Amino acid sequence: MSVAEFFNMGGYAFYVWGSYGVTLLVFVVEILMVNHKRKIALQEVRMMREAGEEL
Amino acid sequence: MAINWFKYSAPSTFYGLAGKLVPFFAIPAAVLFAIGMYIGFFVAPVDAVQGEAYRIIFIHVPASILSMFLYLIMAGYAALGLIFNTRLSSMMATALAPTGALFAFISLWTGALWGKPMWGAWWVWDARLTSELILLFLYFGFIALHASIDDPRRADRAAALLAIVGSVNVPIIYFSVKWWNTLHQGSTIKFTGTSMHIAMQQAMFVTLLACWMYAVAVALVRVRSIILDRERTTQWVSELKEIA
Repeated sequence: MSVAEFFNMGGYAFYVWGSYGVTLLVFVVEILMVNHKRKIALQEVRMMREAGEEL
Repeated sequence: MAINWFKYSAPSTFYGLAGKLVPFFAIPAAVLFAIGMYIGFFVAPVDAVQGEAYRIIFIHVPASILSMFLYLIMAGYAALGLIFNTRLSSMMATALAPTGALFAFISLWTGALWGKPMWGAWWVWDARLTSELILLFLYFGFIALHASIDDPRRADRAAALLAIVGSVNVPIIYFSVKWWNTLHQGSTIKFTGTSMHIAMQQAMFVTLLACWMYAVAVALVRVRSIILDRERTTQWVSELKEIA
């Protein structure tokens, strides 16, 4: 099987790669989001502590 | 040796444990995905009826199983939180909801892309598809209800009730292909054996394991942020190394 044949998926390229492509995208976005959420959570704890120290 | 099983039911102790556990799930998840995809695309033979299009199964089935499994785990944690008033259980339920919703979405999305070439339709209002769509809406409902109530403990209780009531939908999804005459095919993997080629089974099983480990890793990272958010005013949070 050639590379072109592989990517063509017997004519079902759109359906097969559309499935796996979107799945990969969902995973990547979710990983970015949980990491971002962690950054924000840490930042807020820091901000609160700094505000507390000023009192 | 007496083990204190309740030690890790406190958010303060679980926070550290969860952080240590993440790589033990994230790394195997990535490796298993690679193996699963390799078997699915290069080892598993082409399907006699559906041609190459059937390869969607290697993500469609694991994502669908995970969407139902995670819902039950989420409802289980929510119920524990409701019954025993344990904060961490409710936080785990909240952490699992977005990942469960994403798996339900992947299940529907890959199903649509598989349905179009095989059935000639992206979507049909068949019992299997409709009940899976309801599952996605239950996840949305859980997330939205939790977010709409300011007091986190009250939000936990209200969302828990929704999660528990909604769990009746999971067996409905599972048995829908038996109870109703659906366009969606019946179970490929049965307790009595399967008609699938061994490499197809392996690809599906390995990807399922990868999806499960991915879900655990992501939920653990998410629950740590939820713990930080909700325990912000406590002494132990302000003493964390990563805050300095």
